[in-house]
This record gives sequence, structure tokens and C-alpha cells, in this order.
Amino acid sequence: MRIFTTLKLSNGSVSLKLGSSCVIVLVVLSFLVPLLFDLDPYRISDNLRASIGLWNGSGPLLGTDDLGRDVLARLVFGARNSVGIGLAVVLVSMSVGIPLGLFAGVYGGWIDTSIMRVTGILMTLPTILLAIVIVSVLGAGLLTAMCAATIVAIPGFIRVVRSISALEMKRQYVQAARTGGDSKLQILWSEVLPNCWVPIVAQATLGFGDAILHIAALDFLGLGAKPPMAEWGAMLADARPFIESNPNLIVLPGLCLATTIFGFTLLGDALQRWLNPRTGVH
Amino acid sequence: MFKLGALTTTLLGISLIAFFAIRFVPGDPVVLMIGERGADPQQYREAVARLGLDKPMAWQYVSFLGRAVRGDLGTSISSGRDVSTELLARWPATLELGVAALLLAVLVGVPIGVVAAIYRDTLLDRVLTACSLAGYSTPNFWLGLLLILLFSVALNLLPVSGRLDTAFDVWNVTGFMLIDTLLPAARAQYGLFAFYSALHHLVLPTVTMATIPIAVFARMTRASMVEVLSEDYILAARARGLSPVRIIGLHALRNALLPIIVVIGLHFLNVAIAGAIMTETIFGWPGIGSYIVSSVYARDYPVIQGSILVIGVVVILTNGAVDVLSRLANPRMR
Amino acid sequence: MSDLIQVLKERDVNNMTIVRILLAFLCIAFTVSCNRPAQTANTLVYCSEGSPESLNPQQVLSGTGRNATATTIYDRLVDFKPGTTSLVPALAESWTVSDDRTTYDFTLRRGVKFHKTEFFEPQREFNADDVVFSIERQRDENHPFHRVGGGSYQYFQGMGMDKLIVSVMRIDDHRVRIVLLRPDATFLANMAMPFMSILSAEYGAKLLAAGTPEKIDTQPIGTGPYAFKSYLKDSTIRFVANAAYWNGKPNIENLVFAITPDASVRLQKLKKGECQIAVSPAPADLTAIRGDKQLVLDEEDGLNIGYVAMNVEKPPFDNVLVRRAVAHALNKQAYIDAIYLGNARPAINPYPSTIWSYTDQVRVYQHDLEKARALLAEAGYAQGFTTTLWTLPVTRPYNPNGRKMGEMMQADLAKVGIKVELVTYDWATYLAKVKLGEHQMVQLGWSGDNGDPDNFLYTLLSCDSVTRGSNNSRYCNADFNRIISEARTANDIEVRTRLYQQALVLLSEDEPIIPIAHSKVFRALSNRVKGYTMNAFDLDYFASLTLESS
Repeated sequence: MRIFTTLKLSNGSVSLKLGSSCVIVLVVLSFLVPLLFDLDPYRISDNLRASIGLWNGSGPLLGTDDLGRDVLARLVFGARNSVGIGLAVVLVSMSVGIPLGLFAGVYGGWIDTSIMRVTGILMTLPTILLAIVIVSVLGAGLLTAMCAATIVAIPGFIRVVRSISALEMKRQYVQAARTGGDSKLQILWSEVLPNCWVPIVAQATLGFGDAILHIAALDFLGLGAKPPMAEWGAMLADARPFIESNPNLIVLPGLCLATTIFGFTLLGDALQRWLNPRTGVH
Repeated sequence: MFKLGALTTTLLGISLIAFFAIRFVPGDPVVLMIGERGADPQQYREAVARLGLDKPMAWQYVSFLGRAVRGDLGTSISSGRDVSTELLARWPATLELGVAALLLAVLVGVPIGVVAAIYRDTLLDRVLTACSLAGYSTPNFWLGLLLILLFSVALNLLPVSGRLDTAFDVWNVTGFMLIDTLLPAARAQYGLFAFYSALHHLVLPTVTMATIPIAVFARMTRASMVEVLSEDYILAARARGLSPVRIIGLHALRNALLPIIVVIGLHFLNVAIAGAIMTETIFGWPGIGSYIVSSVYARDYPVIQGSILVIGVVVILTNGAVDVLSRLANPRMR
Repeated sequence: MSDLIQVLKERDVNNMTIVRILLAFLCIAFTVSCNRPAQTANTLVYCSEGSPESLNPQQVLSGTGRNATATTIYDRLVDFKPGTTSLVPALAESWTVSDDRTTYDFTLRRGVKFHKTEFFEPQREFNADDVVFSIERQRDENHPFHRVGGGSYQYFQGMGMDKLIVSVMRIDDHRVRIVLLRPDATFLANMAMPFMSILSAEYGAKLLAAGTPEKIDTQPIGTGPYAFKSYLKDSTIRFVANAAYWNGKPNIENLVFAITPDASVRLQKLKKGECQIAVSPAPADLTAIRGDKQLVLDEEDGLNIGYVAMNVEKPPFDNVLVRRAVAHALNKQAYIDAIYLGNARPAINPYPSTIWSYTDQVRVYQHDLEKARALLAEAGYAQGFTTTLWTLPVTRPYNPNGRKMGEMMQADLAKVGIKVELVTYDWATYLAKVKLGEHQMVQLGWSGDNGDPDNFLYTLLSCDSVTRGSNNSRYCNADFNRIISEARTANDIEVRTRLYQQALVLLSEDEPIIPIAHSKVFRALSNRVKGYTMNAFDLDYFASLTLESS
């Protein structure tokens, strides 16, 4: 299989390894740690006057937030939420974007034009703006934030799949199959789709990072997850009043966010460079 | 000509989104547009008549388009002023920040890309690429907070919020603080101190907003330079004995920069607005970005609708213009 | 390629050094201008926590609005001595009260001038016409300015002044007579409240003739120490000292309100010297302020209450057992520890113990989950119920973090089976919707205006103020209402004390609002500010402040 032979390429393997290890660490941490340790991200401390603080020898390893909740627990649960949310967003946007892209690329004509036009319109507005507008219309909340992130991610998949399928349609053996009597649908299924998987996976990985970023941004603005949910973006927003007294509350969730997005972007980027070793440009 | 058709449909599409988005909000559409306070029966009737909310949807849409073309984007619920006036009042702040961020991004990002391309595949290249990728992945709202933490809280060097120290009463002529503080009236009163204050306040938001563009421009430049540097005519020039600086400066850079400029043009607005939303909210910068966010909090639907329309139209037209210009400048691009 | 790289490496070093030196220069240039220039030496910047609802104190309910207008642009007939609850003459030099205590004759001060600004030049001095104009605008529905600005005068109407005042007449240029329907012990103190500020009748007439009456609220003219210059919503309000002020020209020439909703940003600005007074710093920053040599922390026990109101018109809160259950479920001490960081006292009454007639012989609701569950079961809600709690979107003197308190309340109520969804709106919408009674449970509070129990009880809990005032629980109990109305008319303070004590006991039995805390109020000041006295009413007076040079 082509994928494994290209793995041997030394160019970009460092970023590939780094990226995939980031992602794996994230997934492992977020699901394994809660099983191994007894973490409660929601328990409000009994001694609230002295609740906020760093590690003082005993108690939570990364300190507590202003309500005495375990910061480490909230970060880990936030990781779990992010993975879950990112997965949901990516899967849904894939299930909508891939068929649309395939139809656009394979059938061409007015189907192609109309789908691309709609995609173009959606891509006009900057993604975060579109997400904010969607949330303002549907109401604030985690579900609507996920809807917004999904809608914003769909055009990416449509574009990638469409360009691959349009390219494939021009190939000689496809032309031959068409004159031989295969319907477009058959060709879509047997020839075009299998060639799309690698770019789709690359796009999905990048989309994962984007989804996490968008949800975190919406949470930060207060338009996403509602309290007391443990979400990195919301933790950042809650930490703002404590920027003088307890800056670690700002540094830690953001670090998790940055590292996660970095890992996914790195991985997706490296995957994309397989297809196009010379550029690797978005 | 084909492109013109595409442009029109995209414009119409954005207007449709702007119009129908509000229709999805649950609740009485009249109340949504005039606000929940002070909606006495008389104002209610007036609003229905003015917006034609008892007429069929198609009529409403056309009337909406008609009003928008004439510059009437409705009335803001929170302030009672025209949405177009409010947006116009806030554009310069975002533009100033955007231009400053763009300048910084070009001045920092392009050289990084050039250096990375020259030292391609060495450690330096790997480090620079990793750094730019890190910059791309850092959420800009977190970066802003970190910068505040370092420069405002810890070092007490730079201010945290606003465009200007409020003690300075500077007359708002152009809306661009860097210009207004240099006007004779302001200089007479405050010397150059108002200008310094404006600069002071500009630093952190600009750096925050420029980080992602720096990363993008660095990568674009690197990719473009790498392509150009491996072209035959470069090798030929080298063989002819031209100095490396001349090669880089005259030939390579010029050819590499053209696609970069196109990309910069296309990206600028998009990045400016996306970055502006978060950056302005964190730094209390009174521009379009923070205005949209506060309108969402206040459920000021006329403002949200007007903003989508304006921003969408501006982005579409700008992209179209850049597209046309790039074709004219370099026909071999297609 | 390699030799190319070789040559470039040598060249690049030079370029990089130049860039580095340039950057260094820029950095230095930026940090140099840290000292405040002389031109702004006589400007006081006050970091306030929000935009005023209006620039007219007649229409303003919140402390934010009062601070922006009442002590700057306007004066009243009488005023409070700053820092106390004792009345002193202001625009009225003296007054007499008739024997039946229904007629008040005010003798007005002479030589008081209204502000002369870019948009208005007064042709005459302040006289009785202005007093009549200001009061009649709120009282008389047919007054040409009554409907201007919406026609809603929450204080005037919510306190029942429109029914209390029978007539306002000028006797001559410098004397005004106000006749009341019945004796009212609180009347004189109420005349010192911001909503009784005196507007210019001449300005009103001019605006009416020009067809722009709304400017009376958006471009205000008053007699106060500072004249209005400009207002940029959510940004700044600028004032200039009134050189002709009757009480002496203020020392500080320029006054600027920098509207900064975020408490930590206010502190940052204070530290950087961008403002000299910061309102309500976050409790978490208090230690830092105390430790900073350049800052001063002023504090005082606030005359305020932070509470949770339950809308008694909406089930299940129409059931007193449910309300009592909720009161038992909430852990007030925990909130005080976490939100106020100890800078507040747990509350059992709508006003703090510093106000006369306070009693602790009321029904007290201890934090007791078992009792809460039992009461809920008795009320028929053994399985609990679902409801919403509206949380404050802004910091208030009586509650520094409504959202966090909401989270804690959510957790507490969940323990007895009540599922709470937290909802919030921006401040103006919040207040408007609460006034319309759309909420179930809502966080709010009140800062006293004149030190009288009536100011708390009547405004917050009378039948009058359900539709026209601040009765967020929409509580209208005949007995309670009768008692507090009687207490208003009584003259003897012992009689009044007894009545209010009765009222407090009755209230605690019904518990339509759950008092949470009486918070301390804080101001953080630059050590350059001199002459500032802390005020329990959360009002700031600027006229007598001086600013030392740094």
C-alpha cells in the first residue's frame, strides 16, 4: 500500500513523529488518566477562602482554581471533552462534506457549480465570525457551538474531495471506463473514492485541530460550554480576573490548547506533504 | 465575464445568509429587531410597517436589499443609532490595527521565509518552520493574555486596554489614532505624548494579531522561494558569476514575491477580521470585532445582520479585485 | 548551492545586527514615555465599572448611573454631607415645615448659575422655575417633557413620590412650596437623592423650541461642579470643571470617566497611571493593592445587600415552603468565602445592621440540606424541579462575581434535587427583563441611598414597586405593605423602628428574597489623590478632590 512506502520518506518524518506522538499522548492522557486516578473536576472546595493556589506539598498537583476545583482534573477532563467534541465535529462534517465533494467532482456541471458556489459563500466570512453568527442565531451552548464548528468545517472537506475527484475524472482509465459504459456512480465508488482517503485523513486531522480551536474560542467568549463544564477555553475565560494573583490558571489551559492544536496541525501538515512533497502549503 | 456572474451570485448568497440568519432565531421577529425594552404597541406597529414584517418573505428580502444598497442597515437596539453609522465609526480602529499587524507580519514573516528557504533542510530551517507552525497553532486569545501577563502585569511596561490613555482628549478626525494624535490640535495640547500613548497601546494587540499571519507568510515565502531558487535561470545566473545577493535580491525575490503578494492581499482581510474579533475583545480595542461580540451578547440582531452583510460584501469585493489584479499582472499564473 | 549559502552567511550577519539594533531602539522608545506629561497633570481619570443607563439621574437606577451624573453635573435642594447620612443645604438654603408636616417651603440659594457650554448659554440664574420643572417633569403626565426619554422614572414612581406630592408651586423667584398628600418622614432625605436633581427649565424650553427635547437627557445641563463635555458610549465620559460653581470651583480641571467593565483591567490601568481612582477592585487583588506603595485602598462597610429574588408570581416559587427550602439549601458562608473572599457579612435581612430598626429576631435559615429536602417534599416536590437562575453579567458593589456565585448555587441546589440552568444577559437587557418579570430566580442587590429602612423595604418589596420600581420578587403582601406604608407616615422614630421590626419578621417568614451578603465597598486610589472620603452609599464626590503631582 502506498501509504507505508511513503512512510520511509525522510523528509517530514520528524514532524510526522512529533505530531502523531502529541496526538497519541493527548488521547491516552484524556482517557487513561481518569481511569487510573481518582479525579473530580467538579468538586467545589470546602475551604473557599484559601481555595485558589498552587501546589503546596499536598493536594492537587497543579493547584486549585478559584472555586477550589482540582486544576489537573479539569485539564484532563477538558482533554477528554476536546477529543470527544473534535471527533464528533470532524465525523459529522466529513459525512456531509465528502458526499457533496464527490458529487461535485464526479458529476460536474450545474451540480458542481452550485455546490462550489455555496461553499464559496460559506468561506467568505472568516470562520470564527461565521461560528459566532451561527451561535448567536441558535443560542449559546455547547451543542450549538459544535454545530457552528461543524458547519464551518464542511467547506474544507468539500474542496479537498472535489479537487481530487475532478482530477481523477480526467484520468485516461476513467475516461475509458466511462466510454465502456460504467455509470458515474460506479466510477465514484470504485475509482474516485479510494484515492481520496489520504487527503481526507489529512484534512480531518487538520480539521480536528481547527474544531478544537473554534470551540475553545467560542467557550472563551462565553458562547459555548456552560458552567460547570471543564473546557479549556472556558477555563481561560474564568481565569482572566486572576491574571495578577494566579497567572498559572491562564498559562496551563492555554498550554494544553496550544500543544493539542500544534500536534494535530503538525500531523495533518505532514500527512498533506506526502501528497505534495514540494509544497505542504495550506 | 464568467467570474462576474460568480461574483454576483456570491454577493447575493451572502445577503441571503444575512437576511435569513435572523429568521432562525426563535421568537417574534419584530421584537428581535426593535429590542425587548420599550416595545410599546405604537412602536411595534411602526416597526412592522417600516420593515414590512407582515408582507411575504420575498418582498421583505427585496426591501432589505433595497435598504442595504442605500446604506440603511437598520437601527441598533442597544444604542438607537443607525447600524451603518456605528460600523463606520468603528472601522478605522480595526483598520489601523489590521494594517499595523499586516506590516509587522510582512516585515517579520517574509524574511523568516526567505532565510528558511535559503538554508533549506538545515537545522535553522527546521527550527524556523517549527516556530512558525507553533505560532499558527497558538490560539490568539491565549497569546494576547500571555503578552498581557508578561508586559503589563509582570513588567508593567505596556498598557492593557484601549487605544489611548483616556486623559488625552484627542479630537477624532480620521479615526486613526496614530494620525489624530499627530494633528496640530493634539500636538498643541499634548506635544508628542499622545502619539507615544497611541503607539504604546498599539504594540500588544498588533503583536497578538500578527502572529498567525507571520506564520502563514513565512511558510508561503519559504515555499515560493524554494520553488524559484531551484529554477534553471537562477542556476544559470549563478554560473554566470553574479553575486549571490544580486541573485536573491533582484531575481529570486521579485519572482517569488508576486504570488506572495496575491496571497497577502487575499488573506489580509480575512485574517484581519478573524484576528480582530478575539484580539479586540481581549484588549478592549473599540473596533468592529469587539462590536460584533458585544452585539451578540446584547442580542442586537440588526447589528449582527448588518455586520455580516458589510463584512461579507467587503471580503467578496476585495477578493474579486485582488483576483482580477493578479491576473492582469501575471497572465501566466492560471 | 553550498557556496551561495557560505557567502550569504557572512552577509546575513550584518543585516541581522542592523535589525537587532533597530528593534532595541524601538523598545527603548516605547518604554521611555512612561511618565505622565505635564499637560495631563490636572486631569483625574476615574475607572468606572459600566456605562450609565442615561445621563439623567431621574431615569437612572444603578449606582453606575448615579455616579456619572448626580455628583458631577447636578445638584439637589438638599444633599448629604459626604460620608454621612446627615442632610445639609445645597440649592436650598433653608426650609420650613408646616405643623401638619405636609407643606415644605424651601428658600433657594441665590447666585447659582447653570453650566455655560458649547451647546447652551444660560440667560438667567437658577430660580424656583427650575425646581418646579424638574419635579413636574416626573410627576405630571401632561408635562411636555414627561414622555421624553421613555416616561419611566423608576425612583420617583417606584417610591410613590408621584402619589405623595400633591403640588409643587413657586411662591416667588427664590421660594418653592411642595405640598404632600400626607406626612412622610422620609421626604426630606429623599429630596437629597439623585433622582431629585434640578434641571434647567430654560434649557428645556430652548430644546423644545428647537424640536430636540431628548437632548435634555443626552446633553445635560446642571448646576453641579462639573459640566458635561462629551460621552462616548462604553468608552469615556468627559467633564470640565464648572468655574462658576456656587460651592467654589473644583480643584481638578478635567474629569474623565473611563468605562472599564473588567475589574482586573481597572487595576491594571490604575497601576499604569491611566486612572487615579478604580471602582470595586476584584477581591483577589485586594492584598496586592494593600501591598503597593503607590496605591491606597479605601474600604467601608457597605450599605448594601446582595440577594437572590424568587419570582413569587411563577410556580413553584409561589409556594412559601419551596422558598424556605431554597433558603435552607444555599450555603451563604461558602459564597462569602469564595466570592467576597471574606469581605462581606452574611445577611439575614434586606439591610445591614448599621441601619436603625435592624433586628436579628427574624426567622433565620441555616444551611441545612435535610430541612430543605423535607420542605420540598412537604410542598409536593420530593423529586425536585427544574428552574433557571439569572446571574449578574457585571460586577456590582454587592456582588463581585455573579457568575461564579451562580455556579456555586447551582451545585448547592443540585444537592436537594433542584436542577438549575444559569442564564445571563447584558446588563441593560438584564434589568429590563427583570422589570418585566420574566425571570424565575435572579441575582440582584441594592445599595442604600439615604440610610433609611424605607429606602430598602419600600423600593424592593412594596406593591407599588412591582411594576414601577425594583421589586424583583414581585412580592405584594397586604400586611407587609400596610406596615411599611404606615412607617413612612409616622414621625416618631420609635414608632417607626417598631413597625420596621415587625416588617422584617414578617418578611423573613415569607422569604421572597434570600439575602446573601452585605459587602464591603472598596475604592483603589493612586496615592496622588487627596481629599477622598469613602461613602457607604457607593457615591463618589469629586468637587473637593486634589491631585498631587507625581
